[in-house]
Amino acid sequence: MGVAAHPVAPGESRGVAGSLVELAASPEFATGPDWLVALRRAGLDRFAEVGIPTSKNEEWRFTPVGPIGTVDWKAAGESEVVRPEDIAPYLFGHRDWPLLVIVDGVVDKSLSSLQLMPGGATFGSLAGAIAAGRPEVEAHLGRHASPDITPFGALNAALIADGAFLHVPADVVLTTPVQVLHVVTRGAHDAVVAPRVLAVLERGARASIIESFVTLADTRYFTNTCSESVLGANAWLEHVRVQREGSKAWHIGLSRVDQDRDSHYRSFTLNMGGKLARHDLHTRLNAPNIETLLYGLYLTKGEQLVDNHTTIFHDQPNCNSWEVYKGVLAEKSRAVFNGKVLVQPEAQKTDAKQTNRNLLLSDDAKVNTKPQLEIFADDVKCTHGATIGKLDEHQRYYMATRGIGGKTAQALLIWAFAAEVLMEVSVAPVREALEGVVRRQLDALIA
Amino acid sequence: MSLLQVTNLHASVDEKPILNGVSLTVNAGEVHAIMGPNGSGKSTLAQVIAGHPAYEVTAGSVTFDGKDLLDMEAEERAWAGVFLAFQYPVEIPGVTNAYFLRTAYNEIRKARGLDELDPIDFYDLLEEKLKVVAWGPEVMERAVNFGFSGGEKKRNEILQMAVLEPRLAVLDETDSGLDIDALRIVADGVNALKRPDSATVLVTHYQRLLDYIIPDVVHVLAGGKIVRSGDRSLALELEKRGYEWLTSGAAVPAGVS
Repeated sequence: MGVAAHPVAPGESRGVAGSLVELAASPEFATGPDWLVALRRAGLDRFAEVGIPTSKNEEWRFTPVGPIGTVDWKAAGESEVVRPEDIAPYLFGHRDWPLLVIVDGVVDKSLSSLQLMPGGATFGSLAGAIAAGRPEVEAHLGRHASPDITPFGALNAALIADGAFLHVPADVVLTTPVQVLHVVTRGAHDAVVAPRVLAVLERGARASIIESFVTLADTRYFTNTCSESVLGANAWLEHVRVQREGSKAWHIGLSRVDQDRDSHYRSFTLNMGGKLARHDLHTRLNAPNIETLLYGLYLTKGEQLVDNHTTIFHDQPNCNSWEVYKGVLAEKSRAVFNGKVLVQPEAQKTDAKQTNRNLLLSDDAKVNTKPQLEIFADDVKCTHGATIGKLDEHQRYYMATRGIGGKTAQALLIWAFAAEVLMEVSVAPVREALEGVVRRQLDALIA
Repeated sequence: MSLLQVTNLHASVDEKPILNGVSLTVNAGEVHAIMGPNGSGKSTLAQVIAGHPAYEVTAGSVTFDGKDLLDMEAEERAWAGVFLAFQYPVEIPGVTNAYFLRTAYNEIRKARGLDELDPIDFYDLLEEKLKVVAWGPEVMERAVNFGFSGGEKKRNEILQMAVLEPRLAVLDETDSGLDIDALRIVADGVNALKRPDSATVLVTHYQRLLDYIIPDVVHVLAGGKIVRSGDRSLALELEKRGYEWLTSGAAVPAGVS
């Protein structure tokens, strides 16, 4: 079986995790049920052992997270008062969609709207589910994104306090998406915000999760998030992840998906915020006849860096994975894409396709893209392709001859490039709202 | 006054001369055909008029409606009323035909100081124009030329022309690769769009298109120059005799199309 832990040379990064280790060692994390205290402890031990990765770690070669170790990080202080109108611009879809608002890492019940869910489904605060002794939480939390997978996943485990919990019982179909909005206020200045998300879909269940990260204060903070999604046999889950952090924010996230037979998972990630944003998305296809679709879009400017690392574990036969990530980079921004596909000997008849395409709007923008296919089965179809380029001159000329010149043509062509992945968001009101978000961001990139 | 006046036009691509002194006068209301063997510079002339940035004009002038066309960017020429139907229309995945056409239409209106048309009014206009090429509305939701057959692409060029209503339409080998039914649709479209204040220049290798669109003047381009002009009977003569008798004296640069 593939081992996802990233080897770290002994002594490589000791000492640079100081304030974070201290933070995670605070007494509040030693409270709660034994299994949770043990999970946090495992996270702390692991993080203290590996520390913040350096550029010598292949998984972090192009993504300098070292400066995180130089900040004297604190726990989030008193949050600023957040009013409904403050968050309204960041919400998708209809007012009656279930909404969980997490302010500086802690669920705000007054801003959330958590009506009774159909079919006995549960959607609400993770802390609440832990306090209520929900067996699904103990059964799954930390079992999929175990602390040894990534250094920051370990840190998140060490800091588990609150977040979102979704449970959909067997054969229950949620017809409206559930929305998780992570909001950061000035109270999180120089603080680590570490929300945890757990979604458990039992056999035949269906749900869509719209998760957004936004800020109301353009201050320095560190979002270190982790989500675990568990799909039972024949379950269907869509996860839309919109990262719109502030310009001084560090954002590091790990999403871990485990799929059972005949299940369908689709993810759309939009990365456009943060000073540095890294997202690791791992899907494990651990039974036959699974489908997983990963779509990503990143739009960067200034000196932003966005890093997407995806890993698809093809462990069993007859599974399909389809992955398209696209980036538009302006100014001096940078992007990293690493797409790993691991096909185990048992995983015959795997059909895996991976594409990463990048559009550079400036000579100073830079992309490091790397497909990583490790195939141990012989009867499979696996392809990959990566491109880095500028706008097509033939298209520009053709449009000019129709009267569409200059920035109008540029905007239209860039939009067309981005729209290809955006159209894969299956919930129409979300897709339409995202179109507006992307259009505005592209305007900012071209300006 | 002539609508298009080309005088002693010399043009090169990658420092290789292709046009070696073309002169041509097109008046409003006229249809001109420019014929010639492969490599004679026909397409280059069409691209230079449309404003392709890869072609460098080394001498001569082109005026359109009295204005210096060579001084304008490609989009400014479109705003002024110049249209080129491409020999190889370009695919633009991700942009629907409807959005593309409405943007083009409104950009041209904006440049002329007119109000933009909203999507609903534009749709009404589009419905009318689709009849010109005998198409239903479903084609408007497809991406521009993406996955279109060769014939569909040419029809799409004529649809764009119908919507944008140019004063000078240059059709570059629009007949190539069309079967007889598609050819008739394209020709009917061009004929339907003829107006007394506009002109059409057909660039073609074969006489066939001229059975459907009757030219007022036929020019033969060879070696980057117009070597013969005449009426429609010249095209028929070329059909019988080929180009050899006209081009034997003209130096045809190799490898130019």
